[in-house]
Amino acid sequence: MLIKTHRDGFIHPVASEITPQSVYHARRDMLRLLASGGAGVALAGWAQRDARAQMVQRPGKLAALPAVRSNVDGAATMEKSTDYKDASTYNNFYEFGTDKSDPARLAGKFQPTPWTVEVEGLVRKPARYAIEDLLKLSAQEERIYRLRCVEGWSMVIPWIGYSLSKLIERVEPLGSAKYVEFHTAADPKTMPGLSASMLEWPYVEGLRMDEARHPLTLLAFGMYGEVLPNQNGAPLRLMTPWKYGFKSGKSIVRIRFTEKETRTSWTRSAPTEYGFYANVNPNVDHPRWSQATERRIGEDGLFAKRRKTLMFNGYESQVGQLYAGMDLRKFY
Amino acid sequence: MGAPVFRPVRAKLLAGLLHPGVKPTLFALALLPFLALAWGAYTHQLGANPAETLIRETGDWALRFLCITLAITPMRVVLGLPPLVRLRRMVGLFTYFYGGLHLLTYAWFDMGFDAAEIVRDIAKRPFILVGFLSFLILTPLAATSFNRAVKSLGARRWQALHKSVYLIAGLVLLHFFWMRAGKNDFNEVAAYAAILTVLLGWRFARWWREPRSPSAPMRPTLSP
Repeated sequence: MLIKTHRDGFIHPVASEITPQSVYHARRDMLRLLASGGAGVALAGWAQRDARAQMVQRPGKLAALPAVRSNVDGAATMEKSTDYKDASTYNNFYEFGTDKSDPARLAGKFQPTPWTVEVEGLVRKPARYAIEDLLKLSAQEERIYRLRCVEGWSMVIPWIGYSLSKLIERVEPLGSAKYVEFHTAADPKTMPGLSASMLEWPYVEGLRMDEARHPLTLLAFGMYGEVLPNQNGAPLRLMTPWKYGFKSGKSIVRIRFTEKETRTSWTRSAPTEYGFYANVNPNVDHPRWSQATERRIGEDGLFAKRRKTLMFNGYESQVGQLYAGMDLRKFY
Repeated sequence: MGAPVFRPVRAKLLAGLLHPGVKPTLFALALLPFLALAWGAYTHQLGANPAETLIRETGDWALRFLCITLAITPMRVVLGLPPLVRLRRMVGLFTYFYGGLHLLTYAWFDMGFDAAEIVRDIAKRPFILVGFLSFLILTPLAATSFNRAVKSLGARRWQALHKSVYLIAGLVLLHFFWMRAGKNDFNEVAAYAAILTVLLGWRFARWWREPRSPSAPMRPTLSP
C-alpha cells in the first residue's frame, strides 16, 4: 500500500511508465524533422518561424541596428531571405545610374549623415527631424517583406524600421491632407546618375493617406540587422511591400502632406507605363512585360520556372480592403 | 584611301587580310562572348539575375554583330580593302548565331519553353513581336549564305533577298527602342541608331549618286 507523506517529495513512477531514452530521442528527432522540412514545406515554415527570425545573419559590413520582432500582421514572411550580396548589388536607384550594378559601384561618395527630413504641408505640427531623432522616434522592428520589382523579379528582404504611421501621428495631419508625398535626395556631386534625363529629379513618389497609415507601410532605416547601405536608400527609405518597388522612395529628404494626388516621377515621365497606385497585380500587365510571374533572385536557379506573382504581392488579406470597389485596371 | 601616308598601312592590311589565319582568328574572336557567357553561367558569375544577363547580353551581341556585318561593305569601299568581303558571311552568320541564342535564352529562361505562353507573349507585346519577326526574316538569309545557295538563286535574286537585312536593322532597332522605352532610357539606343544611320545612309548616298540608265530598273527585281 502506498502511503503518501511529505517526506517522500516525489512519487516515483513504475518502470514501465518511464519513457525509454531512445523513444524520447525519437520524438525530438521527429520535431527536428518537422522543422527541417521533412513534413512538408508549409509546416516546416511554421515550425521554423522563430528560428528564421533569428537566422538573418548580419553581413558585418555596416553599423548594427538592433530591432525587435514585429507584431504587425504580415510583417514576417516565412520565405527564405535573399542573400545580402544580391540585395545590395542588384538595385534600381537611377540617381546612381541605370544599370542595376551601378548603385553598388557608384554610391560610395554619397553621405547619409548628417541627414535631416523635412515633414511639412497639411499638418498641425510640421517639423524638421535629424536622422538621430527619427531613429529613436519609435521602436525599431524587423520586417521580413517580399519585394516585387515592376521588371518581373523579386526578393525577400529583412528590413528594419517602424510603421510610417508612427511618424504621421506625431505631426498630426489636418483633415484636408489626403495624400503623402516623398521627395528623395538629388545631389549631383555624389549621385552621378542625375545627369541622365529620363526622369525629373528629385524623384518624387506618393501614397494615399490610408496607404501611408497602413501598419505595413514601413519607414526603413536598416536591413539584415544593419543600417541601410547607400545603394539601398540610406539613411532612410520607404517600403510598401504590396506595391512595385519603385513606389518606395530611397534616401528621403522631405515628406509632404497634400490634398491632391501626387504627380509621381514615373507617371510624369511615362504615363502610359506607370500609374499612381502601382499595386502588385498579376492580372494587370505592364505594356512591356507580363506581371503574371516573377523570378525570385538567387533562389530560383537559371533553369527553374518563374513563380506566380501573388495579388498585392501576397498581402491581399492585409491591404485588399484599401481598394474595395476600385477598378484596379483603371487605377493601376 | 588616296592619301599617300595610308598607302603602306593599306598594303599591309591587304596582305594581312589575305593571310590564311584571318578567318580562324575572326571565328575564335567572335565566339569569345559566347564562351565568356557560358563560363559565367557555369561558375555563377553572371550576377544576381543570370537569366536576365544572358538574355540581354546575347541580344546586345546580336546587335553588335549586325552593325559589324553592315560595316564591312562601307569599310571595304572607303578604305579600299576588297578582301574584307571574305569575312562578311562569317560575321553575318554570327549575327544569326547570337540572335538565335537571344531567342533561345528568352524562350528557355523567361518562358520555360512553354509554346502557348510564347505565342501569347508575342501577340501581347509589340516589342517581342518585332524581335521575333527580325529573327524570322534573318533565317532565310542565314540559310542562303552558302555558295551553292547563291548559285542556285542567282546573284541578282540572292542580292535582292539579302537586302532585307536593312529591314532587319530597322526592326531590331525598334525592338531595342521599345524595350528601353519602359524606362525612358535611350542613351544606348541612340548610339546604335547613330551607327546604323551612318551605315545605311552611306549606302543610300551611294545608290543616289550612282549613274542609272533610264531603261534599267531602279531596284533589282525578283524576276530572273
